[in-house]
Amino acid sequence: MATDKSSLQLITNGILNENPIFRLVLSMCPAVGISTTVMNGFMLGIAVLFVQVFSSLTIAIFKNVIHPRIRIPTYTLTIATWVTVIDMVLAAYLPEAYAKMGIFIKLIVAFAIITMRLEMFACKETVSASFFDGIGMGLGFMAGMMAIGFVRELLGMGSLLGYDLLGFKPLLFFVLPLAGFFCVGLMMGFFNYIEARYKSAKRAQV
Amino acid sequence: MKTFTLIRRALPTALFLLFLLPALGWAGNIAGQRFGGADEIILTFATAPDQATATNPQSYNVHEEADPDIRLAVTRADLGGDGRSVTLKFEAPLNTLKPHVVAISGLGESVRVAKSYLGYLFGILVSALLINNFVFTKYLGLCVFFGTSKRKDTAKGMGFTFLVVMVVSAIMSWFFYQFILKPFQLNFLQIVVFIGLVSLTVQAVDTVLRKVNPVLFNSFGVYLVLVIANCVILAVPLILANNEYNFFETVMLAVGAGGGFMLALYLMASVRERLELANVPRSFRGVPIAFIVAGQFALAFLGFSGLSIF
Repeated sequence: MATDKSSLQLITNGILNENPIFRLVLSMCPAVGISTTVMNGFMLGIAVLFVQVFSSLTIAIFKNVIHPRIRIPTYTLTIATWVTVIDMVLAAYLPEAYAKMGIFIKLIVAFAIITMRLEMFACKETVSASFFDGIGMGLGFMAGMMAIGFVRELLGMGSLLGYDLLGFKPLLFFVLPLAGFFCVGLMMGFFNYIEARYKSAKRAQV
Repeated sequence: MKTFTLIRRALPTALFLLFLLPALGWAGNIAGQRFGGADEIILTFATAPDQATATNPQSYNVHEEADPDIRLAVTRADLGGDGRSVTLKFEAPLNTLKPHVVAISGLGESVRVAKSYLGYLFGILVSALLINNFVFTKYLGLCVFFGTSKRKDTAKGMGFTFLVVMVVSAIMSWFFYQFILKPFQLNFLQIVVFIGLVSLTVQAVDTVLRKVNPVLFNSFGVYLVLVIANCVILAVPLILANNEYNFFETVMLAVGAGGGFMLALYLMASVRERLELANVPRSFRGVPIAFIVAGQFALAFLGFSGLSIF
């Protein structure tokens, strides 16, 4: 049952149609917890991209030798192995970013999005399709994290990527960790609104 | 039979004394010692001490029990009105969770100051339950939190499942961490081992519940699968390994975390049942408004920060 989508379609599917954060509403914990800056979102996005791509590849390669009844534990252990790898790499080479991320790097292992993609996609499709799907999902997660980080950093600190842009702080409230809840809720509502407007405009044209 | 009742009678007293013991310390002329404010230790003497020695900050040598090399500087020593109690003021706030040792050079006495251990354990419980609530201040377990908080009944069932799984898996993880991972220096396997233990616990709870209480199983058997892919459950073993908690602290942390999750789910479900009837703007219906409500709960829980009972 190979997918008929091209590699580019698979990637854009992950970023837009099935965006893990805004569309599937999965893996919300880091989206609320540590998305205070664009850089944080980018770093965790890299880690998730790595884990997603390599877990997808591993499962796609070994899908024929995994017994269906033990597939979920197998997925979990595969993900845990790759998370351990990225955890140790980040701790060794980027200790500052690692300290900011805290426990969330280790908790990638429990992100529903990764297990779900393995269950829905990688265990049925070819290796290359799984690879591109993994990249799409990882990039989609990264894009979502960076979008939230963008709003929070711009509104909270008046800066982007650490560079001061506005010269003042419009809504200092958004720097507070708990403002993540408000930020995600407002952004989701905003996207829903745009979508509804877009659809009604299309219907009016027809 | 007689000895049995005797043991039963004596046991509570013995336990009580055991927990009281750390607070007693070894007595000399000093009758009582306790922490005052965050930067105070109050000593009470049985007989009035020599005033010149007692009010001289230089005659006190204070350190944390674990770090005898680091002396904590005493800035003032004030004698109370009755002439028998001395209040020591420190330059920096003390870590009142750790036991401290006060040695008085002029009088040749030393005394141990510590909070009661029960109080400390209770502190961990309250901290995990309210101050550092896993959902509202640590932002963990949000997928399940938003997924299953639509009805109060499901919220209760889910919360209870979490509590059980969390306590069992935390205890197992503690044994594995203390007796296998640490002695064999396999710390890098933490994630793999802990997630394996969590899945194992979930599977075990699933099997046991299916046989023992089928009604209960039917009401929340579905959620058990969700529990595996949840970061709250995995966070507890990681935190206890990070902080080197002992067994009692581990249990308290797990109960607090599970109870906190249950509390959060129930609160959220109560609000969402009402939200169904409210007139919410169309684009905010469903998940977006739930996020904003959760944000308000988080703001409210911020009020618990700095709460300390013991």
